[in-house]
Amino acid sequence: MSTVAVKPATMAQAFTRALRDAMAADPAVHVMGEDVGTLGGVFRVTDGLAEEFGEDRCTDTPLAEAGILGTAVGMAMYGLRPVVEMQFDAFAYPAFEQLISHVARTRNRTRGRMPLPITIRVPYGGGIGGVEHHSDSSEAYYMATPGLHVVTPATVADAYGLLRAAIASDDPVVVLEPKRLYWSKDSWNPEEPTPVEPIGRAVVRRPGRSATLITYGPSVPVCMEAAEAARAEGWDLEVVDLRSLVPFDDETVCASVRRTGRAVVVHESGSFGGPGGEIASRVTERCFHHLEAPVLRVAGFDVPYPPPMLERHHLPGVDRILDAVGRLQWEAES
Amino acid sequence: MTVMEQRGAYKPTPPPAWQPRTDPAPLLPDAEPYRVLGTEAAAKADPELLRTLYAQLVKGRRYNAQATALTKQGRLAVYPSTTGQEACEVAAALVLEEQDWLFPSYRDTLAVVARGVDPVEALTLLRGDWHTGYDPYEHRVAPLCTPLATQLPHAVGLAHAARLKGDDVVALAMVGDGGTSEGDFHEALNFAAVWQAPVVFLVQNNGFAISVPLAKQTAAPSLAHKAVGYGMPGRLVDGNDAAAVHEVLSDAVRHARAGGGPTLVEAITYRVDAHTNADDATRYRGDAEVETWREHDPIRLLERELTGRGLLDEAGIEAARQDAETMAAALREHMNQDPALDPMDLFTHVYAEPTPQLREQRDQLRAELEAEADTEGGTHR
Repeated sequence: MSTVAVKPATMAQAFTRALRDAMAADPAVHVMGEDVGTLGGVFRVTDGLAEEFGEDRCTDTPLAEAGILGTAVGMAMYGLRPVVEMQFDAFAYPAFEQLISHVARTRNRTRGRMPLPITIRVPYGGGIGGVEHHSDSSEAYYMATPGLHVVTPATVADAYGLLRAAIASDDPVVVLEPKRLYWSKDSWNPEEPTPVEPIGRAVVRRPGRSATLITYGPSVPVCMEAAEAARAEGWDLEVVDLRSLVPFDDETVCASVRRTGRAVVVHESGSFGGPGGEIASRVTERCFHHLEAPVLRVAGFDVPYPPPMLERHHLPGVDRILDAVGRLQWEAES
Repeated sequence: MTVMEQRGAYKPTPPPAWQPRTDPAPLLPDAEPYRVLGTEAAAKADPELLRTLYAQLVKGRRYNAQATALTKQGRLAVYPSTTGQEACEVAAALVLEEQDWLFPSYRDTLAVVARGVDPVEALTLLRGDWHTGYDPYEHRVAPLCTPLATQLPHAVGLAHAARLKGDDVVALAMVGDGGTSEGDFHEALNFAAVWQAPVVFLVQNNGFAISVPLAKQTAAPSLAHKAVGYGMPGRLVDGNDAAAVHEVLSDAVRHARAGGGPTLVEAITYRVDAHTNADDATRYRGDAEVETWREHDPIRLLERELTGRGLLDEAGIEAARQDAETMAAALREHMNQDPALDPMDLFTHVYAEPTPQLREQRDQLRAELEAEADTEGGTHR
């Protein structure tokens, strides 16, 4: 065990540390994007990297997302490991052709001869009062694209572990960084960061017996709060933090649902065609005989992301989660 | 009293003096496409190079004809011919050193073959047995790119990475006239110029993007003129003059290799065949136009130059034809063999390690194949 004092650190600091450690460990790691150099990124995640590693390894690019990702493809072809920043969720859309037509499938179309170890950092989600195009939850698009891994941390330790694992991966990984958790703090030892987690493992954040809340990213703290509040109703809720959307950890999720017999999927992005539908379907297929109730979804509404003054009505909060838990046909138990 | 006078003594502060970042004059292309064959410049051309280009053009023409025939026999799903554009295809491959990289579009199979890739492997995408047949690292040829212009930023990134590593590598990226309207064309050229990446962009302006003529594609004086807006030189060349294309591309490659940054080369050529075998070119252009271009055929131009100067005789022409025939026969023979495909390959290269979800689907397919094999061994339904 380390003797260094465990100090509170923010999630943004953990991301920065992950980038710095990855760059120090491997000269092939290059960070690139709009404003990542001199400014250190609009969320300061790349703070100090240009100074420490030079502008050739932490590069301010022209303002062009397709160009950022497209040139990263060429750099990866030549043996580098680019880490690109998309600045804000909705800003990534111009890069989608590069992402879908090349990043995701070059390994496959070259029969494994040309892997592309690219990490795509996408600050995502709402709750920070951002104006239009600054709060989208775009995970369903990434999940629907074969060839990409998709991860999203909810804790400071996972922010470090998942980003290191993403950069180390020989496949392209989309790292969805929950914007509203950037400044969340946790006791975390920056002198001895958490070992790198293999991508694809979910974790039980809070054990419980009554029902499972299946969630990820920015909705994890909301579910933890809901689980605390549920105690007043006599419900003991288990919270599963997926951490990785692709690959999906059926094992951990289904083990939990088989224990509790009830499940609610919670996420910010829209319900229709969203991740919750896929998750509910997987759980139903695998755990049908253990289920006491249909798998419910608590998600953002199926509307374009609302203006900041209305977003609190859109984002799934504690009350909406508890309401769903209440609808899990408890009378069937008695 | 006018409104301006009412405002009295207001005088706007003059803005700081504006300085252009780059003098645009040397970047502008010449008014006429550069030509060598049939001009005084031809006398300075290396006879050996001209003979090599000739042999490659004849082979290339035969390759186009053979591949087109293979589509009619159902051996290729589709073939976008470069008949009439062989000079661009061949020169693009020949100007590169071994360590350099070629970034072809879906139409540039011929350049890929001229670079040394096995003709059968170069046709894998168009045959339909896999997406890319060849190993991109073996000859340093990127996979044939079907989306338009999206390979251009890859070329920029690769050239940039090589330069960061201190390697002497130039990337040559090929795109059509239609592709210059895509956003990726703009982003690639802009990145290349800002980074001074050792890249050469070759636009083969063959007159049409499927059916849409150049006049509906751009209002620019030429596609080469677009270079000046990015701060790189633009060169205009007769794309059917193999010696001219070779010279202009060689200059651009040399310039890039010396640290001079990217160049945009527009080669004016013509697609004599239809867009692909699925296209009916008579709907958008007349025979007379095609005939005019047949007169300006790349093989005819070079043959005229070589025979006129006594560098090629009937025997030489015949030898080139025979050589091309041998290549075509070998191609036919290989393409008439049915490729052996393993359905399990569907899952092999999606990720470095298959996800649990893919492992499940792989098991499902394996079970289906086993059931199929059992059925075939026993009674068919």
